[in-house]
Amino acid sequence: MTEGIIRRLMQCIGVLLLMSLLVFFGVYAIGDPMAVLIHPQADQIQIAEASKRLGLDRPVWEQYFVYLANLFRGDFGTSFVYNEPSLKVILQRLPATFELVLCSFVIAIFVGIPLGLFAGLRPQTASSRLIMSGSIFGFSVPSFWIGLMLIMVFAVEMGWLPSGGRGPTSRYFGIDLSLFSLDGLKHLILPAVNLGLVLLATVIRLTQSGTREVLTMDYIKFVRAKGLSNRRILRVHVLRNVLIPVVTILGLEFGNLIAFSVVTESVFAWPGIGKMLINSINNLDRPVVVAYLLLVVVIFTVSNLVVDILCSVLDPRIAITKSKA
Amino acid sequence: MTAGSDQSAIGTASTPAPERPWRRFLSNFVENKVAVGALVFFLMTFLLAILAPWISPQDPFDLIQINIMDNRLSPGSPAMDGYVYWLGTDDQGRDMLSAIFYGLRISLFVGGTSIVISLVLGAFFGLIAAYFGGRVDSLIMRIVDIQLSFPAILVAVILISIMGRGVDKVIIAIVVAKWAYFARTIRSTAMVECNKEYIEAAIGLAISRLRVISLHLLPNSVAPLIVVAAIQTAHAISLEATLSFLGIGLPITQPSLGLLIANGFEYMLSGKYWISFYPGLALMVTIVSINIVGDHLRDVLNPRRQQ
Repeated sequence: MTEGIIRRLMQCIGVLLLMSLLVFFGVYAIGDPMAVLIHPQADQIQIAEASKRLGLDRPVWEQYFVYLANLFRGDFGTSFVYNEPSLKVILQRLPATFELVLCSFVIAIFVGIPLGLFAGLRPQTASSRLIMSGSIFGFSVPSFWIGLMLIMVFAVEMGWLPSGGRGPTSRYFGIDLSLFSLDGLKHLILPAVNLGLVLLATVIRLTQSGTREVLTMDYIKFVRAKGLSNRRILRVHVLRNVLIPVVTILGLEFGNLIAFSVVTESVFAWPGIGKMLINSINNLDRPVVVAYLLLVVVIFTVSNLVVDILCSVLDPRIAITKSKA
Repeated sequence: MTAGSDQSAIGTASTPAPERPWRRFLSNFVENKVAVGALVFFLMTFLLAILAPWISPQDPFDLIQINIMDNRLSPGSPAMDGYVYWLGTDDQGRDMLSAIFYGLRISLFVGGTSIVISLVLGAFFGLIAAYFGGRVDSLIMRIVDIQLSFPAILVAVILISIMGRGVDKVIIAIVVAKWAYFARTIRSTAMVECNKEYIEAAIGLAISRLRVISLHLLPNSVAPLIVVAAIQTAHAISLEATLSFLGIGLPITQPSLGLLIANGFEYMLSGKYWISFYPGLALMVTIVSINIVGDHLRDVLNPRRQQ
């Protein structure tokens, strides 16, 4: 197992190097940041000075090696637009995104598992069918459109909740959070529901199919015959077995939610890293774009690795050696 | 499809009435009324998209037909010259109904084209992986695995941030994000087919590799791709709309449904919902109907169902 983990870590580093190469040279080809950064009336000398200051006058490969060397020192380059280290620009906005993702998780788990369980236990009832066909909608309808509809209904028509932005934040343990104030929560509800819908649909479907499958197993018949109460059967024997795949998916979806926050944050003007990425792409702010992409790849590979390790711990039959990045 | 024809051959031996696989497929498909309704709906949107230039009340690209004085009219209000805007107008005074027809055209074109290209590419690499096996297989499948561990939206955003926006670039981004699904699907079917006698026989007859792969392996492994293609088309349309909505997809000269929705977003907060609501409704209906058809196709084409 240790060997498997080491091999996976090596693979992760390989993927990261490849990504840094691809992203760096790709983003290099986007366009000339000088066109955006410098005043249109600047003369040649000023442009040359500015490129020299930002290191843009050197050959591409040299820029890449300088960049790579700096990466190992935790230096992701300086943002062209904010004139601050790009890692700092990202880290400032990361708590907002994590807060959003966390709330989406909570919604998906505490709404999805009971609904899925209900639909799995009574598959023939009308409400179960409604839950299941609703979950198809959650999968297939584009999430930015659902976000717009949420704004239209709850913010514009009803006026119950704010249409976007983040509420007042207060500092806990050095991190700005809006979770602990009523206004902050109000701002959080719509984006969190929007971001969590796909995950909610996934959790519902997984729990439902898992429950239906487990109910046909012999050990369920056996504990029924033993005369255990329904409650105990459900909690100890059904739920535990159903939860294994659900936990796996929740782990794997963590990175997905970070990626999808690009969409939700743009719809709800949520000041997280997703909205920052779109702004940076439009501003040709190369260092921030590259740093964001590398960071997300790290989050992905680490969360996938953690899930694989957890799975092989939970279920020893799953070997860790053969799997994806 | 082989599985079906094999079984119908057995069927002819035992039962008097011969049943063609195609006929059985049709009768299985029409069993589900919801799926048939969805198919009809999708064909309708498809027709609307194709016929857009002939049935739209107004050409949204023709500035002569557009009256700026008619801007942001609510649905059902009459124009300056008496024509009724059933779905209202946008901020430039364009008829939303016509804009939606044209937008459908662009959205379906981008989604359809990118899925056809990814299908061809995916089938190519998947078949090669299955046929040659060994190192070729593990190299291709390693790439597929790594790619599938990242969500399509992230892959697309990375590529768009590298290439910039544009119709061709969005298509490339979707192809890169989607080909792996096709490769993985066709590889697993083709690996099963590769072990069957007819492939062995074809190889034994010293037929060229190209011929074995394209004339024997491909036709027998292609069926499961139909389902994947249907569902991925819905995804591709949704992905394009999302990218365009974010402002990193199609250029402003190609107003797909996603761009129309983005265009109306700023007016939504002031209660002028129709500029983005109706394009979004059209998008949703298209995507959901494709998904329902694809879902039902999977049930019908599932070989286990026929036993």
